[in-house]
Amino acid sequence: MEKILSLKNVSKTFPVGKSLLGQPTKFVHAVNNVSFDVYEGETFSIVGESGCGKSTTGRLINRLLTPDSGEIWFQGKEISKISQDEMRPLRKDMQMIFQDPAGSLNPRMRVSELIEEPLLIHTNMTPQERMKIVNELLGIVGLSDKHAQRYPHEFSGGQKQRIGIARALTVRPSLIIADEPISALDVSIQAQVLNLLHNLQEKYNLTYVFISHDLSVVEMISDRIAVMYLGFVVETAPKDMLYKNPLHPYTEALLSAVPIPDPNYKKERIILEGDIPSTINLPKGCPFAARCSKCRPECLEQRPEQKEVEPGHFVSCHLY
Amino acid sequence: MSQEVLLKVKDLRTEFFSSKKSSVTAVHNISFDIYKGEILGLVGESGCGKSVTSLSIMQLLKDTPGKVTNGEIVFDGVDLLKASDAEIRDIRGGKMSMIFQEPMSSLNPSMRIDKQMIEGIRLHTKMSKEEARNHAAEMLKKVGIPDPQRVLKNYPHQLSGGMSQRVMIAMAMSCDPKLLIADEPTTALDVTIQAQILDLMKKIQKEEGSSILLITHDLGVVAEMCSRVIVMYAGKIVEEAPVEVLFNNPTHPYTQGLIASVPKLGSGVKVLPSIPGSVPDLASMPQGCRFAPRCKYATEKCRTQEPDLVVVGENQRCRCWLKQEG
Ligand SMILES: Nc1ncnc2c1ncn2[C@@H]1O[C@H](COP(=O)(O)OP(=O)(O)OP(=O)(O)O)[C@@H](O)[C@H]1O
Ligand SMILES: Nc1ncnc2c1ncn2[C@@H]1O[C@H](COP(=O)(O)OP(=O)(O)OP(=O)(O)O)[C@@H](O)[C@H]1O
Ligand code: SF4
Ligand code: SF4
Ligand SMILES: [Mg+2]
Ligand SMILES: [Mg+2]
Repeated sequence: MEKILSLKNVSKTFPVGKSLLGQPTKFVHAVNNVSFDVYEGETFSIVGESGCGKSTTGRLINRLLTPDSGEIWFQGKEISKISQDEMRPLRKDMQMIFQDPAGSLNPRMRVSELIEEPLLIHTNMTPQERMKIVNELLGIVGLSDKHAQRYPHEFSGGQKQRIGIARALTVRPSLIIADEPISALDVSIQAQVLNLLHNLQEKYNLTYVFISHDLSVVEMISDRIAVMYLGFVVETAPKDMLYKNPLHPYTEALLSAVPIPDPNYKKERIILEGDIPSTINLPKGCPFAARCSKCRPECLEQRPEQKEVEPGHFVSCHLY
Repeated sequence: MSQEVLLKVKDLRTEFFSSKKSSVTAVHNISFDIYKGEILGLVGESGCGKSVTSLSIMQLLKDTPGKVTNGEIVFDGVDLLKASDAEIRDIRGGKMSMIFQEPMSSLNPSMRIDKQMIEGIRLHTKMSKEEARNHAAEMLKKVGIPDPQRVLKNYPHQLSGGMSQRVMIAMAMSCDPKLLIADEPTTALDVTIQAQILDLMKKIQKEEGSSILLITHDLGVVAEMCSRVIVMYAGKIVEEAPVEVLFNNPTHPYTQGLIASVPKLGSGVKVLPSIPGSVPDLASMPQGCRFAPRCKYATEKCRTQEPDLVVVGENQRCRCWLKQEG
């Protein structure tokens, strides 16, 4: 399979706090030295704790943000430093579904205009052709053409999220970065949207970078998964390997915490003790050391390097 | 759990007006009670009126074209629809607070987190600025924010989705509410932090005797947290049942479909069962049972006459002709 996207040692910090001279005094280390490859036609999921850098990674790939260092290759082109002008045509092939549907939809545009916009930018379609696609997509995400003339604030949380999904699908990109695309949807509509994404993938060989904290959904739709912690990718593996044989202690804890939809089921959860370290002062050794029950002395001193423990299964932990 | 009612919602109807004469009804004469110290779940398809119900209870429709046009909302002995603005301000954020579904856009974008939290806390307590700040930091710690001092100094856009959500939760819980309305409170959180937040909610329920109205589409969370559950469909309650009954013996065809479409860890399926069709548009509701166009059991009667919500078992109500034949 062809690589469509490749991140090599990508890092991003954000300044916080200012000195008297207006210089930033501290930095949030949001994404640290992240590397992974995504192959054409696959669903690559990124999971991990809130604040671990998933959305930032998505925004770096989409080049809404510029990395401090590292390389981002998309369809054979290094895009980490190109200008927004150079980036614009590429966005037809790379769309993003944003985590915050309310904040990412222009409140002064009607739903039909919002969904039409990417077509206006990237195609020469006639208004009729555009409206046809808009109405089709509204139907596909479970809204009706009656909704087309309304404004975003007139919709429920889940409806807004579906507008965001329709918007990303209009220009039929080859890569979709979907940041928590179904988090506000009830299970039945989740199922419809997931089935839709699956069908589109089969039909058009779409590639997804799927950001989610819902591990049951991730298990269902992913081919490969990266687990992030504190801005680092700590484990990457094909889905089955990750779920059957999680190697990193953080992945283990994460998998044990999934709520089970059965009131009689009593589960054994690994409750993580200890504080999540600050992203301003990164720990010197393993980023997970403060909360890891298997922590050894060397973990506090040395950052574990990524190792391929079985084919395709990468982990950064001193146990391996 | 006592049987003492903390919140009574009776025949609540909320409409959105696009002009003086034309309106759509988002919440259609719903009635339910929340008992002291209970966690009541509210579930239902996207757009069915869960958030509008909670905004109606909180009296937060003022900035929208929405209006409560019928019913009663009695909270802790106060009829909220008749209360003065001052009374409402006193209750809201204090004895009754809400975690909003869209945290990123519910926080004030131009105000630092510390200012927002301190103002909120001081409105309902006698704390000094200093005390309120410490309390805010403590609350942030409790919701699993690793670096409260940094987050306090941030503006909302500098936080991740889950961090904004937790700031929202910390704010809502900071004045020990008697009733906490939590509208999809953990959608942006990973499971470990979700577990921590759910534990925190259970703790205020057990230790402070708080009641919680928990709106969520995550049936795993419902199973774990709630004692009773209300299911809404297209603006109406279609089923109400104790949690075990709802999962083991759902009676309404919509509830049955809902339970069947839950993805389960380890089930190995690629395509999920979903309920075919979509929710009817508010402006063009079907005449009879609102679920009829999607229901595999629908009969002629279903399409013309609407069933009532009737008692079908111990503490169980259901709105379906199948359950009220004869
Ligand atoms: N400001 C508004 N103006 C007009 N209609 C509105 C407005 N707010 C909500 N509605 C409509 O009211 C209905 C109920 O919306 P509500 O937000 O309560 O849904 P919900 O059950 O919370 O859904 P979700 O699970 O997607 O959040 C929806 O059909 C929505 O379009
Ligand atoms: N514009 C910004 N300025 C300062 N800090 C930022 C900015 N954007 C993100 N951050 C910080 O970077 C870190 C990673 O944020 P990011 O949004 O990538 O997390 P996430 O993994 O998507 O989390 P969530 O699951 O909660 O959405 C957080 O500590 C966040 O506060
Ligand atoms: S490197 Fe050490 S501290 Fe880090 S996850 Fe592995 S065992 Fe735990
Ligand atoms: S009343 Fe009829 S259409 Fe409605 S849920 Fe029951 S069987 Fe289905
Ligand atoms: Mg995010
Ligand atoms: Mg809602």
